[in-house]
Amino acid sequence: MVTMADYTGLKPAWCKGCGNFGILKALNQALVNLGFEPHQVLMVSGIGDAGKLPHYTKGNVFHALHGRHIPVAIGARIAYPELKVIAIGGDGDTYGEGGNHLLHAMRRNFDITCLVHNNQVYGLTKGQASPTSDPGFETSTTPQGAGPAVNPIALGIGSGASFVGRGFAGDGQHLTELIEQAISFQGFALVDILQPCVSFNTRNTFKWFRERVYRLDEEGEYEPTDKKAALDKASEWEERIPIGTIYREQKPLFEHHILGTDRPPLAKQEISLAGVEKLLGDFY
Amino acid sequence: MSTDFNFMIAGEAGQGIKTMGHILIKTFARGGYHVFADRDYESRIQGGHSFCRIRVKDSEIGAVSEALDIVVALNKQSVGMHRKQLKPKGVIIYDGNRLTEVKGKNLFSVPLEQIAQERAGSKVMSNSVGVGAALGLLGYQLGLSEGVFNDHFEGKAAEANIEAARGGYEYTQKSRKGSALHLEAAGDTKRMVLNGNEAFALGAIAAGCKLIAAYPMTPATSIMEYMASKAKELGIAVYQPEDEIAAINVAIGAGYTGIRAMTATSGSGLCLMVEGLGLAGLTETPVVIVDAQRPGPAVGLATRTGQGDLQFVLNAHHDDFPRAVLAPRSIEDAFWTAVRAFNLTEKYQLPVIVLTDAHLATSYVTVGEVDFSKISIDRGEIYEGKPEEYKRHRITKSGISPRSFPGQGRALVVTNADEYNEEGYPTEDPETRTAMMQKRMRKLEGLGKEIIAPQWYGPEKPEITLLGWGSACGAVKEAVDILQNEQVSISCLLFNELCPFPTEKVRSSLQKAGKTYVVENNFSGHLARLMKDQADIKVSGEILKYDGRPFPPAFIAERIEKEVQ
Repeated sequence: MVTMADYTGLKPAWCKGCGNFGILKALNQALVNLGFEPHQVLMVSGIGDAGKLPHYTKGNVFHALHGRHIPVAIGARIAYPELKVIAIGGDGDTYGEGGNHLLHAMRRNFDITCLVHNNQVYGLTKGQASPTSDPGFETSTTPQGAGPAVNPIALGIGSGASFVGRGFAGDGQHLTELIEQAISFQGFALVDILQPCVSFNTRNTFKWFRERVYRLDEEGEYEPTDKKAALDKASEWEERIPIGTIYREQKPLFEHHILGTDRPPLAKQEISLAGVEKLLGDFY
Repeated sequence: MSTDFNFMIAGEAGQGIKTMGHILIKTFARGGYHVFADRDYESRIQGGHSFCRIRVKDSEIGAVSEALDIVVALNKQSVGMHRKQLKPKGVIIYDGNRLTEVKGKNLFSVPLEQIAQERAGSKVMSNSVGVGAALGLLGYQLGLSEGVFNDHFEGKAAEANIEAARGGYEYTQKSRKGSALHLEAAGDTKRMVLNGNEAFALGAIAAGCKLIAAYPMTPATSIMEYMASKAKELGIAVYQPEDEIAAINVAIGAGYTGIRAMTATSGSGLCLMVEGLGLAGLTETPVVIVDAQRPGPAVGLATRTGQGDLQFVLNAHHDDFPRAVLAPRSIEDAFWTAVRAFNLTEKYQLPVIVLTDAHLATSYVTVGEVDFSKISIDRGEIYEGKPEEYKRHRITKSGISPRSFPGQGRALVVTNADEYNEEGYPTEDPETRTAMMQKRMRKLEGLGKEIIAPQWYGPEKPEITLLGWGSACGAVKEAVDILQNEQVSISCLLFNELCPFPTEKVRSSLQKAGKTYVVENNFSGHLARLMKDQADIKVSGEILKYDGRPFPPAFIAERIEKEVQ
């Protein structure tokens, strides 16, 4: 039986107290709880401190370019759908550099769990504004304050993502459950994770989030299949911040749309000339 | 006397030039001829000027010719533009009822619209009347075209077009008795008609390519379109992502899992892919990238041809990593280059770039039987050791680290866009960095030995040797034939495999080559620069053309004639 020990990787090079530790632990626990072994999992990551996460656990790993982790993950999903594919990136990766990839992966609906370490700042480059920095957030490159921010939850719902959730790195148990749900969900699952940066974000701190974050499933009547209600929740930020599964809708997978489901996975097929010679007939 | 007929169907975009060109190409191919046909069109959906040129010979052809025997001109502009290209006995077929102001020699009016209306019930089929009229002028077997019409159109549309062509044929037969032009079917040798993109796509499919991720861009798109048309039948994944950046990364993700994957684009699309090119280089992930060149920079000439990307693809990306660059010399060669590209990319785990261009990609040629028994598949070294001991980037003498495929065993496959250690985890250790750089670059030693020498054509020890690469080779070869007939001592050296550069093989070929001239469709002589850089060989001269049009062999021959005088 798979245990947490099977997911022991290299020693993290993150800052002490970084929100990433909570995400790493929650992801490992979720994979253990679901019974996945490391060789069944492919983690494709972007760059920055989020992109390093796969090195600190175990699995197949493709540490890709800034913002390009989603297309690499898509290629792997199409080729070998038996892999459990998890795309891991930061807010810069996913909403900035790779924003176009995210947009189209969501509308198409590949079966990929997309974890976003959203610390609202560029950490590894030492504190510049990110697409999700709060408006007015002053940094070395935005002395006049950051402009309007991307709303990842509204973006996800509006772009047709079939699963949109938000977690908080400071609530490990809830985050584990959320990641478990996202991994188990068949379809593109966007999980925006509030991840306080202890070095460069003095505004959105653990304390700031703890004063605002609340669990949606403790709100009573919330139904994540209700798109209008989900969009209402997406607009909450300054005073109260909901976490949990915000929106969910089962849709057909795009990898099935491309290839159907009646053949073995591409990665399992032998190279053969069968059917090729026949093609030449059209050209006479 | 040998046959060398040159036809043109010309008009506006939207007048069915491509379709009628296709009908003529196959009509002559089915009559036992060798055919070479190119298309010339503007970047617009309707209007403008567009033509299809179809050259018919009784021997192999690899180039266009500008001198025309018959032009079917569907508008006034086409008459004016192509009249000066007519051979002395050449004829322009046009609709004198419609183009009343057109006058002069070598014109033959056929009431195209009237015949189309009477015989097929619609003026739209004037183009088919024109095809029939051209065949009638020659006395060529009309029946051969009827078979092609039947294959191309469905039911009633086929009947109507055949009837229109018959109308044109009968009209010219009756009113142009004793035509100076004559061509009859030469036999029943069966040959395929392929364009370069189709040939490459077929080669890729034969080589086991299971995924193409590409963003539409002229002139590369029809590779993807052909594969898409066969995707369901063959179980190939054809994926059109949001942009070229995604395209190459999707192909890399697929290549990492162990399937043969590719992308195809043109110049500025490749610019967007360059970041991914380096990713494939560093992560040692197989990927085949087709760059169907068109003139640039930027959007350049979207529907025209050029060979201006060679220096770009040799050097694209920051810092060093190994790559291979191949450039098929003919449409048939595109098929075999595809097979070769997929073998090299997997064996050496590096990106392989295939340079074609609009001329090769979209021209059609007759191709004899393809010998499938010559196709061999080399997937390179696959790891067979204990899973727990697997190291994706193990340092080896050859530089090749055996591959394992994620999820297909218990071995963990770890790779990285950061510099890595043998396990694939990031490192900043200077010794490991040095060792890894050397390991990756060492793959070029094995690959370099495998690189096939350029092809020599013509007598040994000539006074002049032409050097060509990629699609220009067809015209270069024919220019050599023309000049040899004029008693010029000339040969040529034709390159496909350009990187790693076959330095020693080239040096030995050129030892007794006389004066050397590169023939290239670009401004700065990219092959000449490569020869200087890699082999310290300085060519005697350069025949360069960068107007977006392919080389006619006569153009090259004239330039050499001037040099010889």
